[in-house]
Amino acid sequence: MNIPLNRHSNILDFSLSSLLRRKSKNLSLLVVYTLIIFVIASLIFFVQALKREAAQLLKEAPDMVVQRMVAGRHDLIPAAYGEKISAIRGVTSVSPRLWGYYYDQVFGANYTLLVAEGKPVEPGNIMIGAGVARNQRIQASDMLTLKTSANEALLLTVQGIYPSSSELISSDLIILSAEDFQAMFNLPPGQNTDLAVTVANPREQVTVAAKIAELFPDTRPILKSEILRTYDSLFEWRGGMIVVILAVAVLSFIIFAWDKATGLSAEERKEIGILKSIGWETSDVLLLKFWEGIVISLSAFLTGVVLAYVHVFFFSAALFEHALKGWSVIYPQFRLVPVIDVYQLTVLFFLTVLPYTAATIIPAWLAATVPPDAAMRS
Amino acid sequence: MIQHPAILALSVAALLTCFMLAYAARYGTRILEKWDLHSGSELQLDLERRTYLISVILSYMLVFQILSLFLYIFTADNLHSQFTGAMCAAGSLGVNSYGYPVLILKIVNCLLAGVWLIINHVDTRGYDYPLIKTKYGLLNVLAPLILLEAVLQFAYFLNLKADVITSCCGSLFSTEKHSIAGEIAGLPNGPMQLAFFGMMAVTASVGIFFYLRGKGGGFFSFFSSLTFIIAAASLVSFICLYFYELPSHHCPFCILQKEYSYIGYALYATLLGGAISGLGVGALKPFISHPSLSRVIPAIQHRLTLVTLVLYLLFTLIVTWRMLTTSFRL
Repeated sequence: MNIPLNRHSNILDFSLSSLLRRKSKNLSLLVVYTLIIFVIASLIFFVQALKREAAQLLKEAPDMVVQRMVAGRHDLIPAAYGEKISAIRGVTSVSPRLWGYYYDQVFGANYTLLVAEGKPVEPGNIMIGAGVARNQRIQASDMLTLKTSANEALLLTVQGIYPSSSELISSDLIILSAEDFQAMFNLPPGQNTDLAVTVANPREQVTVAAKIAELFPDTRPILKSEILRTYDSLFEWRGGMIVVILAVAVLSFIIFAWDKATGLSAEERKEIGILKSIGWETSDVLLLKFWEGIVISLSAFLTGVVLAYVHVFFFSAALFEHALKGWSVIYPQFRLVPVIDVYQLTVLFFLTVLPYTAATIIPAWLAATVPPDAAMRS
Repeated sequence: MIQHPAILALSVAALLTCFMLAYAARYGTRILEKWDLHSGSELQLDLERRTYLISVILSYMLVFQILSLFLYIFTADNLHSQFTGAMCAAGSLGVNSYGYPVLILKIVNCLLAGVWLIINHVDTRGYDYPLIKTKYGLLNVLAPLILLEAVLQFAYFLNLKADVITSCCGSLFSTEKHSIAGEIAGLPNGPMQLAFFGMMAVTASVGIFFYLRGKGGGFFSFFSSLTFIIAAASLVSFICLYFYELPSHHCPFCILQKEYSYIGYALYATLLGGAISGLGVGALKPFISHPSLSRVIPAIQHRLTLVTLVLYLLFTLIVTWRMLTTSFRL
């Protein structure tokens, strides 16, 4: 084998055995190190998975939603607006949407009521999300009673329950017919909640939006790309904020690692003294310390990342979900789709291994440069 | 300021690098002033011990520096979705006037740190610390540059503002910005192709001559640096066009993405590695007559030349392979 490689492999061998000789000290360091990496990795994986989930959901969303504003609040939009908007060049279709929220006083939950465009249900029937079914403890073909705005009971038959795979969007959803929606909320005729606008060419979306805003100054067009961007930065912001909070933990870990690295036991000093007196150079001892650092960092990094993967993708990040997901009575139960790439691992490396390495350089050098006679005598 | 975990990671790295480098430069200055190999004083012994520490610090720093160059580009790419008009890293770097200067500084610092490590390696091979003053002189050039890079990087991140939905109006079209130049205008591709392959051929022949005869090392170093600049310009001008198969997309960052099977990393790594080794050959040339190094330097120059030749060859092969196999023609 070639000589430099041989030297490295021998020193690595030695450093492994010297790490094993001081099991308890190194194990405690490894546990704390792994824990830190686990927490930060869980956070990064979780944020990334949520971002991806949001992007996937919004793929189906309309290109643009036009809402009418009255006194700075979202208001009903007349159907006549839709006709004028569909006349704008570049607009493929405009579909009026009816939706709203309903608070169930008995079960203390908020439902989203929506009139489906594609496959509408018959009047008197509804489709519900799995969260609603859980909350109301009902099944398909059971009856559900809603209270209309005139305080009358509206009896509806559950035609079906959405599968749990779509829970992230359908959990609190009740799909009903336009007639039942009208009976529920008694909207003035010719009014809709908002308009979904499709634009064939994505590059024209901004121009179309500008035209709509010019034509109807009391509306606000919201582009899909903007919603996506806002979600992205919201998740990043939450993730970043928790990293800042965790910075205290990282800092205490660094102090811990520094302390462990500087506090050489008498035995260790003696060992280095003997090594140096039998011919090891300072650079060899530094190399030994370098390999020790690599072994510890790599073990902690791999274990931490694997644990975080299991935590986030098998246990849905039980430790953080309340901080990052928000809360509600009907909370969707969903499993995140695993996404990990080199980028996230590099960020993780920069946030954990880099500070550790920086903290141990000077202690390693201090250990490597002790004069052999002094070391052996102490 | 966007509180993105990657931005925090880069800032932490910059802060640590600055601290480490400030520490190293402080002792570097003392070594420059007080170094006297013939003295057996306490101070001299301490300084001799410190040189080990500084070498270790600088070696770690170079690794961080190279990683941070790629992480920086990757982060800029990741952030593009938050700015209107930005399509990739080129757009996010152009959001404010600090983005590109930081990138250029990162590349320059990578090159300088690489050369420093080569000189340091040679220095440890001589028995009498022959290059100690040169080494710490170069460190004093490197330290302010890295400090400047860190400051500009902070400024870049501080001045980033995501374009998100505000409560008063959904769309941002009313304040539509002049579209950020996502495309870097390329030089004409015909002459650039000629220059690129010509320079590669010249560098290769000078390199092989130097490798075999041991003459013309200075020329080789000069040509390899020139090739680095021309290859970088060619990357923007025509090489990336073949990877994207689009005649107008000149972005040098998109090739780092998954869609192009991360081929950009191979291109940048070979180019940077080749340039560092090539510069190293020239940087060692003035010290060849030093008594304790007269045997060491030619051997190392020999090896560095081989590294540059192999890496540049790989770069050229990847480019040529792509130009020949793709159905796209300019």
